[in-house]
Amino acid sequence: MKFRDEYRDPAAAHRFAEAISRSVTRPWTLMEVCGGQTHAIVRFGIDRLLPPKVSLVHGPGCPVCVTPVEYIDKAIEIASRPEVTLCSFGDMLRVPGTEGDLLGARARGGDVRFVYSPLDALAVARAEPDRQVVFFAVGFETTAPANAMAVYRARREGIRNFSMLVSHVLVPPAMCALLDAPTNRVQGFLAAGHVCTVMGYEEYDPIAARYRVPIVVTGFEPLDILEGVYMCVLQLEQGRGEVENQYSRSVRREGNRPAQDVIREVFQIVPRRWRGIGEIAQSGLGLSDAYLDYDAEIRFGRVETAAEQEVECISGLVLRGERKPSECPAFGTRCTPDRPLGVTMVSGEGACAAYYRYRRTNGSVGGGG
Amino acid sequence: MTSGNDFAMSCPVPAGDGEIIQLAHGGGGRAMGRLLDTVIRPAFDEPMLEQRHDGAVLHIGGPIAFTTDSYVVKPLVFPGGDIGTLAVNGTVNDLAMCGARPLYLSVGFILEEGLPIAILRRIAMSMREAAATAGVRLVTGDTKVVDRGKADGMFINTAGVGRTVASAPIEPNSVRPGDIVILSGDIGRHGISVMAAREGFAFETAIESDCAPLAAPVLDLIEAGIAVHCLRDLTRGGLASALVEVAEATRLAVSLEEQSIPVCAEVTAACELLGLDPIHVANEGRFIAFVAPEDAQRAIALLQRHGVTSAAALIGKVVGGPAGQISCRGPFGVQRIIDMLNGEQLPRIC
Repeated sequence: MKFRDEYRDPAAAHRFAEAISRSVTRPWTLMEVCGGQTHAIVRFGIDRLLPPKVSLVHGPGCPVCVTPVEYIDKAIEIASRPEVTLCSFGDMLRVPGTEGDLLGARARGGDVRFVYSPLDALAVARAEPDRQVVFFAVGFETTAPANAMAVYRARREGIRNFSMLVSHVLVPPAMCALLDAPTNRVQGFLAAGHVCTVMGYEEYDPIAARYRVPIVVTGFEPLDILEGVYMCVLQLEQGRGEVENQYSRSVRREGNRPAQDVIREVFQIVPRRWRGIGEIAQSGLGLSDAYLDYDAEIRFGRVETAAEQEVECISGLVLRGERKPSECPAFGTRCTPDRPLGVTMVSGEGACAAYYRYRRTNGSVGGGG
Repeated sequence: MTSGNDFAMSCPVPAGDGEIIQLAHGGGGRAMGRLLDTVIRPAFDEPMLEQRHDGAVLHIGGPIAFTTDSYVVKPLVFPGGDIGTLAVNGTVNDLAMCGARPLYLSVGFILEEGLPIAILRRIAMSMREAAATAGVRLVTGDTKVVDRGKADGMFINTAGVGRTVASAPIEPNSVRPGDIVILSGDIGRHGISVMAAREGFAFETAIESDCAPLAAPVLDLIEAGIAVHCLRDLTRGGLASALVEVAEATRLAVSLEEQSIPVCAEVTAACELLGLDPIHVANEGRFIAFVAPEDAQRAIALLQRHGVTSAAALIGKVVGGPAGQISCRGPFGVQRIIDMLNGEQLPRIC
């Protein structure tokens, strides 16, 4: 398949792995920010192609994983109202709230539908004017433009029975929070390619400069990731801390300006709590004042912050790159995708679920680092 | 019950109430009789149904295989098939996987009030065609009607019997370490076809369901004396579920080569777009065969003579353990585990 197979070429992959091996003189710990990259790394075993000195830790870029539990609870509460149709991306439906998930709400009679685009949810609102249609908007900068566009169109078309429960998050503030933590061990980042397709990478320059940390904008195919690792390792070995773009076939320095414009039109930057990590200042998007009429929290009541329950789960440490899934004593035994203790075991992009899905085996679980 | 009645029902007169299913069509009275006489019996064209008996009296010698399955699919019609072809081929294939020649099927319709009768006629006709292709007869049936909103247009149950032709049992217990795993064709077409039709995705090339009867190639293998140890058709849950089910039942393991699993370019592209893995996507005309290693090449050659199994490929082999585990060597030579999905297959956010 064109535009895919050339990025999965085994000979080229081994050449990159050898080039990385030749370049490395010291141990380095790199973090891939995005859950899509984590998934590819574990599925293709990319970490196992790397020399032992290069360790990949998995970042917080799994939108399902970092959505706070109180938002899941709120979505379930809203979905249980008889007048409401709640629309969501598919993989949010299985994420556990305090009690149960959205699939459970649907089984109990709630009208919960999964859609492929927020514009599909808007189409439901247009087609069924007697229903209150709520879209559960989660994700990073990648999904923000389409979500913003749905609200923008709703207002322009005067569709009143549409609203959005917004729990959007932003990558750069989370990277700073990780770097500021005293327990941080990340020395270089593979930045999330699709986030940068929207936002560009100008906003990473100050981070690279301030923390003297290499940040390589990286794609999602195996060769993208290997090249991203190679570029990052070269910077570290040469004592550089700069922003570089591996994913130039998709990402421009300035990003996608019209997409940024619609984000700015509809959303404003707000503080946001991240599940497993805690509150990070200026790390989220909420609806801007001009669009508050479309805020499901105003229509159906504010989300109350809930204290995170103490469970035998290290997903917070996994999301911060401080532990690997296989270092958790509950991994694969008391915690499985059937009975997850934490969200990183639920989502397809969660690091624990990726390890379980591709590596669960007697004792030989674990990364190459 | 003549073809004249059939003609009258398909005449393009304005659709009155008679042209949709009503509760009376399941009530056991005149309306139901008319529905059977004008739609079902003409479509199925089966002498045994003309006896209007409560059941079919069959003469089957020797050991028989017996199976049943219920079919629910939305939309009812999709590229490459419809719920009727599924209902016939699905049960035919379950019999074939027992090493049996499918002979007779029963058909139970659960119809939703409001279903256009034209759709029922179309589905019934495609059941007749599918039955003729598979060489089975639809010999007894039942029709019920439920309130509007209680069914997605229609549900169908079929049960089937067939005569067992295999001399040795074809079942997970017969699988041995060293057996070769053969996949009968490329995977994922049915699931992507139905998903695209349901969600209104427009791919550049329409992907057709692989829905097809598998008895002919399977019987060929058995009659050629291939040591077929186990057969499993791939349905919901895809190749992964079929492999895991057999591996768990046998307490053996399977080792696969990812590069050898055929997936067409259109399915690959759709799966990339939706964040799905083709090994978990549904099929309706594919199976895996566990055969003795010395017979593997001959089995593949035999299968490749049939259109429906022309892309049969050797994808892996059975090994001693760990019990129940499917491992797969990827393009970079790294092993990964393959497991069943947990619950529904849900597309990813981004």
